[in-house]
Amino acid sequence: MATEQTRGLGRILIAPAVIALFVWMIVPLVMTIYFSTLDYNLLNPGSESFVGLENYFYFLTDPAFLASLQNTLVLVGSVLAITVVVGTLVALLLDQAVIGRSIVRLMVIAPFFVMPTVSALVWKNLLMHPVSGLFAWIATSLGLRPIDWFAEAPLLAIILIVAWQWLPFATLILLTALQSLDEEQKEAAEMDGARAFSTFFHITLQHLARPITVVILIETIFLQTVFAEIYVTTGGGPGLQTTNIAFLIYSQALIQFDVGTASAGGLVAVVLANIVAFFLVRIVGRNLEA
Amino acid sequence: MGRITLEGVRKSFASHLIIQGADLDIEDGSFVVFVGPSGCGKTTLLRLIAGLEDVSDGRILIDGANVVGVPPSKRGLSMVFQSYALYPHMSVRGNIAFGLKMAGLPKSEIDRKVEAAAATLNLTPYLDRKPRELSGGQRQRVAIGRAIVREPKAFLFDEPLSNLDAALRVQMRLEVTRLQRQLATTAVYVTHDQVEAMTMADRIVVLNAGRIEQYGSPLELYERPANVFVAGFIGSPRMNFIGNESAKRYGAATIGVRPEHIKASRDGEGWEGVVTDAEHLGSDTFLHVDIAGIGNLTARSIGEIGLSAGDRAHLLPDPAHIHRFDADGKALHA
Repeated sequence: MATEQTRGLGRILIAPAVIALFVWMIVPLVMTIYFSTLDYNLLNPGSESFVGLENYFYFLTDPAFLASLQNTLVLVGSVLAITVVVGTLVALLLDQAVIGRSIVRLMVIAPFFVMPTVSALVWKNLLMHPVSGLFAWIATSLGLRPIDWFAEAPLLAIILIVAWQWLPFATLILLTALQSLDEEQKEAAEMDGARAFSTFFHITLQHLARPITVVILIETIFLQTVFAEIYVTTGGGPGLQTTNIAFLIYSQALIQFDVGTASAGGLVAVVLANIVAFFLVRIVGRNLEA
Repeated sequence: MGRITLEGVRKSFASHLIIQGADLDIEDGSFVVFVGPSGCGKTTLLRLIAGLEDVSDGRILIDGANVVGVPPSKRGLSMVFQSYALYPHMSVRGNIAFGLKMAGLPKSEIDRKVEAAAATLNLTPYLDRKPRELSGGQRQRVAIGRAIVREPKAFLFDEPLSNLDAALRVQMRLEVTRLQRQLATTAVYVTHDQVEAMTMADRIVVLNAGRIEQYGSPLELYERPANVFVAGFIGSPRMNFIGNESAKRYGAATIGVRPEHIKASRDGEGWEGVVTDAEHLGSDTFLHVDIAGIGNLTARSIGEIGLSAGDRAHLLPDPAHIHRFDADGKALHA
């Protein structure tokens, strides 16, 4: 891009792609904004009328909104904590030279390739089922009372399932980062008299700061939209105990058939995601500089 | 104090013997250089002394105490790595202080020692910078600072200058030697560069294929190489080896003459041949001369002697500087 001419040519060539992407984004956004101002119920098609910001008022004052906002934050926060901490430990383990390391790595990564719907069904029916599940069998074998996960600790159950799905992602990123850690640095620390824990804290963890930031940023984006796991296991219940924002919007649109309020909720979710992203980049994004 | 003694040290990786029995006595305060071609085991030997590798057999004594099985940090040695291995997220101060911090020294003492080390190495203005903000030479100095601040019994250097450009290498070579003399701490230095070895060392260890070929002062190695390998390795350009009838006349299987001990002339005495290449450096001239029945010899002349490729030349070896070797490559002394 040295000369005026190549720069101009570059802009012309890139324009179709930029325009296509812009249209791709702006059309749904404008349509959502439009729908969010309508009294639009699927049960009475053809009777839409403009109601201004009334949908936003209903959505934000609905007690379900605050509950689901809290559930979303708990879900995202817990899964992040579990995947980063456990992911770091698993990555450290896989970084060691053990027999059959490549097979172990493949197995650790496998959950990431299982569809959320499928893995949620497996967890629900084969692992967490209070009668026929594996956990129930272990509990009864030990003489304990089996836990009815989705009735007694529904949000924890969802957190475990989602964490299981995202653990491979964190592990994979952190493992590749660990492998790029200069061996001589660890040896230098060893010569300097650092024990295993000090080396981990002062050398390894510092080296992982940036990949951990990447994991947190990417996971936050995807964990705010968790849906399939809730849909096939608890359906948002009992009550509102496992309803997150994404599920609340779904239930507004396709259970209560209120497209207007659902659209308003969708826009609220966009704003919330941006607020979270803003603080996140402020807090952890420093690590990405330089 | 820092006397390091190696007794029958062996190291094998799987079934491959890397160090085949090294015996060595490194005196306190001396500067010893391990030199040899790549793959000769010089870095492995250094890492064995450091404790970063376990010996397969033999003993390593530091000040008379066997340190085999003692972890690296407890041996009282410090090491400068080839890649410097600075901690990238710590400032220069943090890098130099790390070892002291791990040793649990009080903060005021750490500060005092770090300041002193930084002053010695002219690093004071850079104490709060990160390694990535420093030049190659400065990084090198931080790595050295990290080594000296712990006041070790000995420094171990693993090819520390190989990542620097030529001019800086010459400068750092002098600085390292001067610093070592000033601190009077034992230093073991690994390099593949024989100029570094010759200029820095009190004593040189020449290694080849996991064996110590010779241990002696630089001039000893140059004047009285123990065998063909050392004779060929030390000195640049390489020593000429002649191994036929001409050698027999001297009662040896092979004779060696250094290029600087061959007098070249247009019409004089000696072997006659054709100049195949002439390298004119101004201060010196290297002539490669093809001589029938002997082969290609290199002769070094001071200044310019007006011979160039294609000319006929006469080469006369200095009889006082002819090295004689037996059939096994061992030096024969008269």
